[in-house]
Amino acid sequence: MYAAIVFLPLLGAVVAGLFGRIIGDRIAHLVTCGLMAASMLLGAICFYDVALQQNAQTIQLFTWIESGTLKAEWALKIDTLTAVMILVVTSVSTMVHVYSIGYMHHDPHNPRFFAYLSLFTFAMLMLVTADNLVQMFFGWEGVGLASYLLIGFWYHKPEANAAAIKAFLVNRVGDFGFALGIFGTYLLFDTIVLDEIFRSVSRFEGSELTFLWFSADALTVLTMLLFIGAMGKSAQLGLHTWLPDAMEGPTPVSALIHAATMVTAGVFMLARLSPMMEYAPDTLALVTFIGASTAIFAASVGLCQNDIKRVIAYSTCSQLGYMFFACGVSAYSAGIYHLLTHAFFKALLFLGAGSVIHAMSDEQDMRKMGGLRKRIPLTYWLMIVGTLALTGFPFLSGFYSKDLILEATFARDTGIGYYAFFIGIFVAGLTAFYSWRLIFMTFHGECRATKATQEKIHESPLVMTLPLIFLAVGALLSGKLGYEFFGGTSMDAFWGQALLILQDNKTIAAAHDVPLWVILLPTVMFVIGTFMAWYFYVQNPDIPNLIAQKFSAFYKFLFNKWYFDELYDFLFVQPAFRAGRALWKKGDGAVIDGFGPDGISETVRRLSGQAVRLQSGFLYHYAFAMMIGLIAFASWYIFGFGN
Amino acid sequence: MTGDWPILSLVTFLPIVGCFFILLTRGDEATVARNSRYIALWTSVPTFLISLLIWVKFDPSTANFQMTESVEWIEGTNIGYRMGVDGISIFFVLLSTLLTPICILASWEAIENRVREYMIAFLILETMMVGMFCALDILVFYIFFEGVLIPMFIIIGVWGGARRVYASFKFFLYTLLGSVLMLVAILVMYFMAGTTDVVVLSKFTFPSNFQTWLWLAFFASFAVKVPMWPVHTWLPDAHVEAPTAGSVILAGVLLKMGGYGFLRFSIPMFPEASEFFSPLVFLLSVIAIIYTSLVALAQDDLKKLIAYSSVAHMGFVTIGIFTLNSQGLEGAIFQMLSHGIVSGALFLCVGVIYDRMHTREIAAYGGLVNRMPKYALVFMVFTMASVGLPATSGFVGEFLVLLGAFYYNTWLAVFATTGVVLGAAYMLYVYRRIIFGKLDKENLMSIKDLSYREIIVFAPLILLVFWMGVYPSPFLDVMSVSVENLITNFNVALNNSNVYLASH
Repeated sequence: MYAAIVFLPLLGAVVAGLFGRIIGDRIAHLVTCGLMAASMLLGAICFYDVALQQNAQTIQLFTWIESGTLKAEWALKIDTLTAVMILVVTSVSTMVHVYSIGYMHHDPHNPRFFAYLSLFTFAMLMLVTADNLVQMFFGWEGVGLASYLLIGFWYHKPEANAAAIKAFLVNRVGDFGFALGIFGTYLLFDTIVLDEIFRSVSRFEGSELTFLWFSADALTVLTMLLFIGAMGKSAQLGLHTWLPDAMEGPTPVSALIHAATMVTAGVFMLARLSPMMEYAPDTLALVTFIGASTAIFAASVGLCQNDIKRVIAYSTCSQLGYMFFACGVSAYSAGIYHLLTHAFFKALLFLGAGSVIHAMSDEQDMRKMGGLRKRIPLTYWLMIVGTLALTGFPFLSGFYSKDLILEATFARDTGIGYYAFFIGIFVAGLTAFYSWRLIFMTFHGECRATKATQEKIHESPLVMTLPLIFLAVGALLSGKLGYEFFGGTSMDAFWGQALLILQDNKTIAAAHDVPLWVILLPTVMFVIGTFMAWYFYVQNPDIPNLIAQKFSAFYKFLFNKWYFDELYDFLFVQPAFRAGRALWKKGDGAVIDGFGPDGISETVRRLSGQAVRLQSGFLYHYAFAMMIGLIAFASWYIFGFGN
Repeated sequence: MTGDWPILSLVTFLPIVGCFFILLTRGDEATVARNSRYIALWTSVPTFLISLLIWVKFDPSTANFQMTESVEWIEGTNIGYRMGVDGISIFFVLLSTLLTPICILASWEAIENRVREYMIAFLILETMMVGMFCALDILVFYIFFEGVLIPMFIIIGVWGGARRVYASFKFFLYTLLGSVLMLVAILVMYFMAGTTDVVVLSKFTFPSNFQTWLWLAFFASFAVKVPMWPVHTWLPDAHVEAPTAGSVILAGVLLKMGGYGFLRFSIPMFPEASEFFSPLVFLLSVIAIIYTSLVALAQDDLKKLIAYSSVAHMGFVTIGIFTLNSQGLEGAIFQMLSHGIVSGALFLCVGVIYDRMHTREIAAYGGLVNRMPKYALVFMVFTMASVGLPATSGFVGEFLVLLGAFYYNTWLAVFATTGVVLGAAYMLYVYRRIIFGKLDKENLMSIKDLSYREIIVFAPLILLVFWMGVYPSPFLDVMSVSVENLITNFNVALNNSNVYLASH
């Protein structure tokens, strides 16, 4: 039955994708949304059965790749971790499907869009249910494909096409590491089946592996390679450049793929591989470092973006940093907890932003918005809920999950742990600032849109707002309801075998004993950040510009995203094209062909041309040549042969 | 009943029978052309169906050659007409018989002059290809191996593009050198072992110093066919000038002759030399992958781009072969099959728009998805298969090869894996330039989507790409015993020589 959760969306994708033009928009909507809803219901049953009733199981389908001792099955491994992910993926995906009926109303390619969305959901579900690393890689690349197709959905826009390729390629760089990690795992464990790896992982603690020029702890090398994959998918610092550009895709896509589900695959991977990660403390330290650095990098850039979707995109990137350093300090369940709550409030924010953009006739620049509070009140209040949840307003979902992460990080009690903790605290303030900045610029003050746009502002239809309300309920309640399982007393029973945490790394248990100031500090930062945003963007709207002028170098540095794109373009993209052209013209053309076939034929032609000149047709030429020949022959006979 | 048929010879020579019928057609030019097309199709389709029987009858539990035939050719010389298939060659036979009818269908309207001769050339080509993969006598193999080139040469030279003479001449120059050396090597082997029987030769131990020279002589021929860097420059020119169907066979089957040659001759017959030279092969392969991927990125000509991508993909194949472990070898064979289908299909994709617009220049296209959604989908499927997306055939081969490479040496794996990133770069970049964007070029406004005939041409290939990607077991299972046997024999031979060296 649980196989249906995974394959119903695929069925929807195939029907809508191949027969979309025959069945029309309406039926395509019904089929894909209906199958998604069925999948969500089964997902809820699965969550109850597997996670709450502890019925972890593996469903074998059929053999995929078998070669030598390598055996990769198509199989669905469903345990608590998977069940949580299934719940998140199917519910957010269903909401996004329904929302898109309204949002994509004017688009002529509805069936294609829904086919892609369902295809994505299928791939994502394959990823989270993978029972071996190769199948996880299948889901991993599958969501990459869907993401590529959806970012480039509006194929007439050059920016969308460029962003789609960028997303695919940057992810491929991550997958490069992931693939090498799989190879190495197979080399070490002689299997790629997760359960078998986990069973024998303690035996390989401390074993060495020679990789390239160095020999190092095998598990550290492998987990670092796999972590490169996680960095790519989850847009961590260094491989993050694709995520903001991915906002070129339709907004429901940003909500589903680039906020709630796909980008969290890296966090899922770390949690899934916790039995390996736990034996690789160096990798965990690296994860913590990268996560924390991403959190502050993305938040700092998010401070000064003007595109409403980009602000939320950087916010996502930053929140993913939180999830990563949670995993880095072995607080996997806190990371997954934040993944869950974040899925709800971030999808809510994105879809809310979509509702704003819809109302503003596709305008995304916040400088041209303002004062929308009265015009689209429902969207406004839903966005407020999302913002409160994100910024950690007490007793909403983000408050619980973010605080749990920060407390666990503090409780880790290592240098890198404190690095992450203080960054996490500081970023909590930045988060509040940029989130409220978004709200104030968009909904408060005077409306700065053109007359024509202003006249067309309208609240979104029910088909769009209903999913928002559902997500808002999730954003309000998921924190409170989940705390028991993700950080409370039922935690160990809830997770069962799904996570492994070594005795020394029980940071979540220790998180309950941190000092009071650690517990209060995030809320204090929330208040400060919110107040600053209010002061800058409601009370004194001129200040931001003054600051930007005063510190223009710093502002430009942030505004241009720390110049990562320019750097990569200079380091990789341009040289690749230049090298390609040079190798083609010089390498193939001048050197290989020059000395090879063309050179040989040229030489032959030149020689024969010279030979032709000998045939002059004049008798005395020939007679002269004969004379010379005769003399030479005679000399050789006399002097050479004679001896 | 079927057990007694000389089924391999039947599949090999059935196309020749079709040639006779084509020669018998009479009438005006249009009638002859039409009849030739139908006869060629109705010869190659049954040939394919009969060749499927080889798969049905094949017993995957043994590494011995099956469905063997043997007739002595010249009395007392141990030279004979010997045929047979094992788990390594069987799919190459099927690949050849599958691609021929597809090529004939693809040329249905594209070829307008000298149709009769064209179809005859293709049927002869099929005979040569199948014969080469079935031959178990090295001399017979050589005849078929060289025989393949003749119709191919003619197809490029007669029905090719503007610079067809230059292309076929370059093709000829490259292959000539290798072929001559290989013939000399075959003669040397015959005089040393006293037979041309492949089975016997595989068990014969050639002295180490001879192995080196013989290996190099064969390498000269096979490396050109693969093609390996730096003897690859004939391929882009040949592809660019060849008619679409010619490119399909060229990429689909001809490039596999080199890889097959390594598997059938170089490794089993010269194990020590293979071991000795494997670093050289790896070096050339890694250069090929990175170098040609970068070159592909810079191309303006669609066909040339795909030709360069072939060189890169074949780099994976040569790596896999010489890792000499089961994943590497099976991956290499699988990659060859997959590449045969995928790059063949990509050339067909080029053919579709070339037939309509008569240009291969990438810049002449753009925004085709607006008029040709079906075409865009088909092209997308093969693009993704080419970049090795999991669940397409391209992934299985590439993954196994890289896994085998990692087993062998991590440097090798790391460098080879960069090809995965670069491959995605040039394929997506070209796909975007051709398919996506606004349709604003005047002459593209009325371009037509795929016709039924074209859909029939693509359908089996799409099916295969997914079948091989999702459920490759039927293919991998058939090869595994033969591959394991190859590895065992190789290791035994190496051990023996080491023991021999140690005791002296």
